[in-house]
Amino acid sequence: MALLKIENLSMRYHTLEGETPALNNLNFEVNSGEFVSIVGPSGCGKSTLLSLIAGLIHPSEGKILLNNKEIQNPCNECSKIGYMLQKDHLFEWRTIYKNITLGLEIQGKLSSENIQRVDYMIKKYGLENFKNYYPQQLSGGMRQRVALIRTLAVNPEILLLDEPFSALDYQTRLAVSDEIYKIIKDEGKTAVMVTHDISEAIAIADRVIILTKRPAEIKDILNINLSIENRTPLKSREAPEFRHYFNAIWKELDVHVE
Amino acid sequence: MLNNNLSKEHQIFLKRVKRRKNLIVLTQIIILLVFFIQWELTARYKLVDPFLVSQPSRMFKFLVKLYGEGMLFRHIFVTCYETIVGFLLGTVIGTLISIILWWSDFICKVLDPYLVVLNALPKIALGPILIFWIGNGQPAIIMMALMISLIVTIISVLSGFKEVDDDKIKLIKTLGGNKFQILKYVVLPASIPTMISALKINVGLSWVGVIVGEFLVAKEGLGFLIVFGGQVAQLDMVMVSILILSIAAYLMYEAVTALERRYIKYRS
Repeated sequence: MALLKIENLSMRYHTLEGETPALNNLNFEVNSGEFVSIVGPSGCGKSTLLSLIAGLIHPSEGKILLNNKEIQNPCNECSKIGYMLQKDHLFEWRTIYKNITLGLEIQGKLSSENIQRVDYMIKKYGLENFKNYYPQQLSGGMRQRVALIRTLAVNPEILLLDEPFSALDYQTRLAVSDEIYKIIKDEGKTAVMVTHDISEAIAIADRVIILTKRPAEIKDILNINLSIENRTPLKSREAPEFRHYFNAIWKELDVHVE
Repeated sequence: MLNNNLSKEHQIFLKRVKRRKNLIVLTQIIILLVFFIQWELTARYKLVDPFLVSQPSRMFKFLVKLYGEGMLFRHIFVTCYETIVGFLLGTVIGTLISIILWWSDFICKVLDPYLVVLNALPKIALGPILIFWIGNGQPAIIMMALMISLIVTIISVLSGFKEVDDDKIKLIKTLGGNKFQILKYVVLPASIPTMISALKINVGLSWVGVIVGEFLVAKEGLGFLIVFGGQVAQLDMVMVSILILSIAAYLMYEAVTALERRYIKYRS
């Protein structure tokens, strides 16, 4: 079942210098429980796409449907969409616990039921002992985990991840993407991740959507089928098919250094 | 990290750091003592004219006399009160105006040239107008302190507001927050360091405003003593007042610094 539907979506930015097309007639669907990666050359409008889905900006043309309900700007379906940014953006002046409950506080949903759910997640994902710490006392990887729990605290139906690992160093990045993947699967969430890292896109996703240069159009959509059991992003990299997918996407991206 | 089993080398290191610190404080005290002693001696042996530069012992006598008349703390209190009210008003009103300007980009753009002109204008020039409008008293002095610190506060706090990371604001938006929530959850808390540094600047500016104000209209206060002392050629009065003024200004600055340390604890 399609949870998210993108229909004929186009976006143009207007500045005094002129009109810049960012997205050109995108069409795709994301099924419930699926993990979809979107790759494309840098500056092709990937983040724009996520901002549109989140209802932060208004599309020039086309529609975005979540559960067959159109997403509008300002966002009407905010509480159903979790957005994770490149950096964790934890607030230094709030404790870890207060950071995690930020979304609930803003949406006025600090009910005992929600707090219980958050407390449960905090325990389950090993943050219990750090609840009263301040963000700068935590490592980069752990901060990213807190950021994910903060996103999940409002119990969204779909997660939008905007290069969520790009601010981390390479080793941490591998470990954290494994961790975050497990948490997302554990919680049974649907996710759309934007990245420019081809390996990461294949390793984590069920499907990879490849975009062209700006203005972005869909070049291809690849289903990722890897012959390994108990898939995790790290294990995926060992699959024999991994290399083929990498080469295929590399070719499709058609990268030239100018 | 406290460690009881310090190595010999580390003990020597700690001792050296402590000695250096003590030496700095000691030197500071010596400079102060030497300054006052040479002042006293050169004035006593008429190497300098005590009528023009006063003399520590005469200043002390005047201080005791002032205290005996029960006026010492009165003057200090009046000036400190005006300064504190001036800089609190400057900070609060300045922050409120900054919030309005942050809220409405239109108003901000419209007022921009006026702010620039007001910032460039020496506010002291408005002194005579103030006396006509508000009268010859304490409100005029406080107003002077307020005017001197207000525009600087607006400009620095507003630039602090605008420096807040756009992605942090985006985060609140993705959680469904409105503009007021962006202000409450991100912009204000993220700007506390900016506001405290504005507070620090304002303390200094408020002193300037209050002393100028007292020069113009006051009947009491340290600024009044300085001007009055000058008029009746009583340099003792002038010097004592300046001395008290420097101590009071220093203490107030330290108080704001202490406040800063308290509020920014989470940054340590």
